[in-house]
Amino acid sequence: MTEIRNYTMNFGPQHPAAHGVLRLVMEMDGEVIERLDPHIGLLHRGTEKLAENKPFNQSIGYMDRLDYVSMMCNEHGYVRAIEKLLGIEPPERAQYIRVLFDEITRILNHLLWLGTHGLDLGAMTMFLYCFREREDLMDCYEAVSGARMHATYYRPGGVYRDLPNKMPQYEPTKIHGKKDVARMNESRQGSLLDFIWNFTERFPGCVDDYETLLTDNRIWKQRTVGIGVVTPERALQLGFTGVMVRGSGIEWDLRKKRPYAAYDRIDFDIPVGVTGDCYDRYLVRIEEMRQSNRIIRQCVRWLKQNPGLVMADNRKISPPSRGEMKGDMESLIHHFKLFTEGYCVPEGEAYAAVEAPKGEFGCYVISDGANKPYRLKIRAPGFVHLSSIHEMCRGHMLADVVAVIGTQDIVFGEIDR
Amino acid sequence: MATNEVIAARATQLLGDAIINTKEHRGEITFEIDASRVREVCESFRDNPSLQCEELIDLCGVDYSTYGQEDPSVPRPSKRFAVVYHLLSVSHNHRIRLKAFIGEDAPVIDSVVDVWASANWFEREAFDLFGIVFEGHPDLRRILTDYGFIGHPFRKDFPLIGNVEMRYDPEKGRVVYQPVTIDARTLVPRVIRGEGFGDRDS
Repeated sequence: MTEIRNYTMNFGPQHPAAHGVLRLVMEMDGEVIERLDPHIGLLHRGTEKLAENKPFNQSIGYMDRLDYVSMMCNEHGYVRAIEKLLGIEPPERAQYIRVLFDEITRILNHLLWLGTHGLDLGAMTMFLYCFREREDLMDCYEAVSGARMHATYYRPGGVYRDLPNKMPQYEPTKIHGKKDVARMNESRQGSLLDFIWNFTERFPGCVDDYETLLTDNRIWKQRTVGIGVVTPERALQLGFTGVMVRGSGIEWDLRKKRPYAAYDRIDFDIPVGVTGDCYDRYLVRIEEMRQSNRIIRQCVRWLKQNPGLVMADNRKISPPSRGEMKGDMESLIHHFKLFTEGYCVPEGEAYAAVEAPKGEFGCYVISDGANKPYRLKIRAPGFVHLSSIHEMCRGHMLADVVAVIGTQDIVFGEIDR
Repeated sequence: MATNEVIAARATQLLGDAIINTKEHRGEITFEIDASRVREVCESFRDNPSLQCEELIDLCGVDYSTYGQEDPSVPRPSKRFAVVYHLLSVSHNHRIRLKAFIGEDAPVIDSVVDVWASANWFEREAFDLFGIVFEGHPDLRRILTDYGFIGHPFRKDFPLIGNVEMRYDPEKGRVVYQPVTIDARTLVPRVIRGEGFGDRDS
């Protein structure tokens, strides 16, 4: 009789289903997982230490590169921590713009999640559909900041600039003739807000399409129902936040429980799961996309009716306009000081958290009164979620590890920091 | 949602002299706790029905060695390291911050993995980056830095550019480590400006 024993297998770090540079050392009994040991840190850049060596404003761009599929939500967390320390509040219009872009980011993130999660579990079409819709939202990012992904759009005291009145247009190329371009530019004739409004009219229909492909799909259900079940008690013990805790049936959403920006003036619901398996978390994320769509529509309506300032009128933290600078010595000095030395933040410490698409993204800033943070700690939701992977996968098959990695929605930019 | 004063009163009554100091700043409450009693304090914060912090949201190390060194008037803590715990009560919707200072010669503190499972990786991270040892941790290995890394990179005396760099050596046919070849530079110096600096009438 041959001797049967467990063996150790390596997964990643270049496996496409690892969602980045995750290396898993798996101890397996046949095809069943006995022990999982994730090795992380392959993308460690020392963001926190870099931020401690730069003036406050110059680190906003680093936040985009943490969780690189929910860029503006990360900026929001960091910017809010600075605002808390400075004791300033952005103008109301800026708050609404932040809510608008937080929700656009949430849809962006969930679409990427749905596409790649589908691809991992064998639903190739999802990937193509989701990336089609993502393209429109990327255009919103580009219209407002000039960058498709790493926007650096939120600043302490508001946002970088007001929403543009016109959208960039496609031009004819060898591939797209005049007729094609006219069709592609049809929704881009008005302002950015018109473009977003047009998107929100189409988007619920797109979500319906995704659902017809997946929700009652037998293969999809076989791969997700009953996989990676987390009880509510364990979810709290393991420090889960966001969809991971809501999927287990706990109604916890910072946008409702600790409203920030303009969320207290907006009407939306929090979807909650029942059993806490991968399928429930899928349903929660799908419903969140619908709710985000609802929030975006409310923001667009408000923003169309209420023009105003988008940046606090405080020359110590926000730069003067180009025009002012040309004619006024004082403004020129302010501009120079702000972009060389930055501003000093009063001594103290603050923790500010936002409900990022993946969970609670928090920034803990300690300032000793200097122009650079003394210590910045980034609380990334993915780090906490990944730490539970052993518990979620134990006893499951190897193929289910991929489903669990997908459902945790991990991104290595934020886990390794 | 209890106010911070109520939380402070309850905690001091419950824990007595394990709490050294209570501070409220920007609407956030911070308890400075006795580092030798951290487990007991954390257990009470989790189990007491009026505090009930079910979740450990964050745990991080802080190195206070160069705190406020540009300005002698800024008060500096007497001990070098601190471990900061951010707790969240889902049922009462409040947040609490605990801070335990530990000395430089023996940066050791009790682990809270038994209290909250989420502390596991956070403690490994603080050990990796600051060299704080968590006693009772089941698996205290490095987590973010490279295999075989030397030093604790987030300590303030660790240079931003690091000590070693990695390159491929064609002669040896493998990757080798060598001392860094770049120079450290500071584009913007660190300064502390008092309040009211640059106001029109100053």
